[in-house]
Amino acid sequence: MKPPKFEYHAPRSVEEALDALGRYGGDAKVLAGGQSLMPLLNFRLARPAALVDLNPIGSLAYIREHDGQIRFGAMTRQRTIEFSPVVAQRLPLLKEATHWVGHLPIRTRGTIGGSIAHADPSAEYPAVLTALEGEVVARRATGERVIRAADLFQTYLTTSLTPDEILTEVRLPAMPAGAGYALEEFSRRHGDFAIVGIAALVVREGQRCKMARLATAGAGPVPVRLRAAEEILEREGLGDAAIEAAARRATELVTPDADIHASADYRRHLTGVLTKRALTRAIGVARG
Amino acid sequence: MAEITVRLNVNGVAHEGRCEPRKLLVDFIREDLGLTGTHVGCEHGICGACTIMFNGEAARSCIMLAVQADGAELMTVEGLMRDGKLHPLQEAFREHHALQCGFCTPGMLMTALDLLRTNASPSDREIREGISAVLCRCTGYQGIVNAVRAAAPTLAAGR
Repeated sequence: MKPPKFEYHAPRSVEEALDALGRYGGDAKVLAGGQSLMPLLNFRLARPAALVDLNPIGSLAYIREHDGQIRFGAMTRQRTIEFSPVVAQRLPLLKEATHWVGHLPIRTRGTIGGSIAHADPSAEYPAVLTALEGEVVARRATGERVIRAADLFQTYLTTSLTPDEILTEVRLPAMPAGAGYALEEFSRRHGDFAIVGIAALVVREGQRCKMARLATAGAGPVPVRLRAAEEILEREGLGDAAIEAAARRATELVTPDADIHASADYRRHLTGVLTKRALTRAIGVARG
Repeated sequence: MAEITVRLNVNGVAHEGRCEPRKLLVDFIREDLGLTGTHVGCEHGICGACTIMFNGEAARSCIMLAVQADGAELMTVEGLMRDGKLHPLQEAFREHHALQCGFCTPGMLMTALDLLRTNASPSDREIREGISAVLCRCTGYQGIVNAVRAAAPTLAAGR
């Protein structure tokens, strides 16, 4: 249970990091908080020729408001997000999701950029990024591009980031004032990987639903946006019948896999149960 | 890869060592610095026995590299005692039978320390959520919850 040998780079800037990464032609790994990569190294499931450690790059840790977006430097720790007043006010769904990310001593090291780039399908941040239609900035030596959540996650632990790119920023649109939100999750033990999780956002006008957003964690190889379930609420309002119908529709929109933790059927069932719970709670706290 | 020099401060004492980049921080602490109070359990970030304070925050030292601690300030369980007296949290653990075999105890103490640093009077639910970061296979969790609850006002008063 010790990592294999690797070259270690501790760059002081993103440019230096990209330069180091470029030297290995896809055989290097970017080390962010290390809360997923380090276990993989200890198990020797990952055997990169080199690690490019982003931790010394202080300029990658920030939370800024810009043009209706909240922008997070990729190395912003989850504990920082947990206690950020800006997040509490503008992105309460992200704050709530953060309580579900690992455990306290994981969140002190774990980062928003690392969690999203790692793309574990059971992780909370990718679900929130999907629900809020966020985007990430990917930098390479020759420039940068912005990738929408819908175009980022490809399958288990796989994103559309290329080996010569580093995810440097995560952008989430500020939630509308008064929006209801909830993150419901089921795991065997708090802090364990989600068996299924549902992120919900509801903007209401009386009993009418102006906008609904639903995204899954753990219900398939990537976070799933439950658009057809959202449409039921936007069409039929926020009554119990509409919530029931949306939850039922949600179970039809996911294609979960079975593993040692749960069968596919059970995950599908949970998707419905948790969608109903998340919507009920989100609608309860929504103003407007 | 060649060995790298690591200079760090542990429990208020400056240390310097050399190690391969792949050396885990917990192994560096135990083998190179001789501080064996920090325990090695699962070695993949699940059990929490190796939790230390890294620049003032609880972190798992089995999923960090020693080279990442260059320039850092660490506190391990050995750093809790002052002037031959137990830390109030350790005192509470003893008082409330919060340890049985003691294997998880260093991790429990360091995790509880960060919990109480950021939440001066946690509810029982919050204590349980906090210490869910550390596995106790004696399953003596109730005593640990009692100890953390009892230590909270003492630590808050000491600040």
